[in-house]
Amino acid sequence: MSHALDAEPRLSPKAKAALSEGKKAERRLGLLLCAPAILIMAAVAGWPILYSLWLSLQRYDLKFPDRTEFVGLDNYVTVLTNPYWWNAMWVTVLITVVSVAVELVLGMALALIMHRTLVGRGIVRTSTLIPYGIVTVVAAFSWRYAWTPGTGYLAETVAGGDPVLTEKIPAIMVVTLAEIWKTTPFMALLLMAGLALVPDDLLKAAAMDGASAWQRFTKVMVPVMKPAILVALLFRTLDAFRIFDNLFVLTAGSQGTSSVSMLTYNNLIKGLNLGIGSTMSVLIFIAVAVIAFVFVKLFGTAAPGGDGGGRR
Amino acid sequence: MAGIGGAVTTGRKARWTVLNVLVVAYALVPVLWIVSLSFKTKETLGDGNFIPRAWTFDNYKAIFATTEFVRALVNSIGIALIATAVAVVFGTMAAYAIARLDFPGKRLLVGVSLLIAMFPQISLVSPLFEIERTLGLFDTWPGLILPYITFALPLAIYTLSAFFREIPWELEKAAKMDGATPGQAFRRVIAPLAAPGVFTTAILVFIFCWNDFLFAISLTSTESSRTVPVALSFFTGSSQFEDPTGSIAAAAVVITIPIILFVLFFQRRIVAGLTSGAVKG
Repeated sequence: MSHALDAEPRLSPKAKAALSEGKKAERRLGLLLCAPAILIMAAVAGWPILYSLWLSLQRYDLKFPDRTEFVGLDNYVTVLTNPYWWNAMWVTVLITVVSVAVELVLGMALALIMHRTLVGRGIVRTSTLIPYGIVTVVAAFSWRYAWTPGTGYLAETVAGGDPVLTEKIPAIMVVTLAEIWKTTPFMALLLMAGLALVPDDLLKAAAMDGASAWQRFTKVMVPVMKPAILVALLFRTLDAFRIFDNLFVLTAGSQGTSSVSMLTYNNLIKGLNLGIGSTMSVLIFIAVAVIAFVFVKLFGTAAPGGDGGGRR
Repeated sequence: MAGIGGAVTTGRKARWTVLNVLVVAYALVPVLWIVSLSFKTKETLGDGNFIPRAWTFDNYKAIFATTEFVRALVNSIGIALIATAVAVVFGTMAAYAIARLDFPGKRLLVGVSLLIAMFPQISLVSPLFEIERTLGLFDTWPGLILPYITFALPLAIYTLSAFFREIPWELEKAAKMDGATPGQAFRRVIAPLAAPGVFTTAILVFIFCWNDFLFAISLTSTESSRTVPVALSFFTGSSQFEDPTGSIAAAAVVITIPIILFVLFFQRRIVAGLTSGAVKG
């Protein structure tokens, strides 16, 4: 892009006219090629978001459709003063923070193993892709049966026969574990891409200068990998915040283990309350936007999208 | 490789082997457990043993005898394939434009699609539930295909534009200089170079659609469009007195097979696809 700008003043007026003709054609083609993607995203994501804003301002319960009316911000007051909502919010935040923190540590270890292993690199990479690819519901059932007393291999040995999924805190821990198992490989792959950017010479030089393995890690690798780490953290934080599948199968949100997505689903699909459901949708959207904004503000251009056109 | 940093001692090799075994066990144990459950007989299902004491195919026979599962499998395959095909075609067009052409709103498009990729899906469920009911799309294939395409498009655009930036486009010009028509230059030179990226993207998009649970459970209500993950969560066993564990495990294994095949055959591509977009920004 910048090359084209630099070159332009040097062209004769005639060539410039031809260029702008070509430029116009290029613009048209570009927009034309993007049109289907833009139309679908606008119709299936853009419009519904606006519509849910509108729905969130209505009293709209499908069980009592004739009592539908515009109520302004009443739904927001209802939701934001509701203890279930705040409980779900804390559960979601807890699962997000714990799982992302553990995943960062585990993922880094896994990335180092995958990056540096001397034997069986293919096998390691292949098997770590399985948790990433496997259907979340399938993995969740595997965990559920593993922790079910009488059926599972973990229930007797680890939990001593306790039905862990029926108590709030243990259940949240199991859900968090399931989440960590499933997504650590993804984190590791993103971190591994960052590791590949660390120059070997630099590590060798640091080793020559007497830096210990830990110093080489914190003083050489981490600074080079910082952008990759931040991208991985952002992706995973936003992804963990929308946790639904694991919870649905493992606890179905009982004993106060609902996440915000789970609570919204229950109000909407089970309770058929479109007004409240949409209000929660909008609030979750705002929460996610705030998280993304904080990441971008804190880390500036290191965050994806921050450097616009992307590095080449 | 082995020579870098001095000779590889047996001790180091052994240490790496132990670490690798740990990683492989970490990844495989939950999968092997559900496989083991699916092969257990009714009597041994509750014994809590990691390896079945008695093996049987009954669970598989049972699920393939129900329309509930077979129909869901057909839905899953059909919906995921159609959504993948559409998302990859439109994604390829957009990614080509983003990688090669200069046009207004390019950055905006990249930004917005990134936004959609990070979107909390539940935020779309409530309005889509209402919109699809009004339009008659609720509980139909298109009703699921459309949101899948929407969420797959950013993924496709991202991965593909990263791949397309790496293609040596000068080759196209060179082919034309050598007398190839634009069509020939595209078919013989560019298409073969772009194919691996497109294929990788298709795998990632397919995995995404295959995996989805939230849209599938919210926007369907009957067997006619329920996908396997949702059907699984509704399994009750062939009679109400029967424990569905065996059936769920067998069905879970069936829908894991495609994932295992992808991972086995296209490991390198999947890793490249997942990391390309992320590092390049």
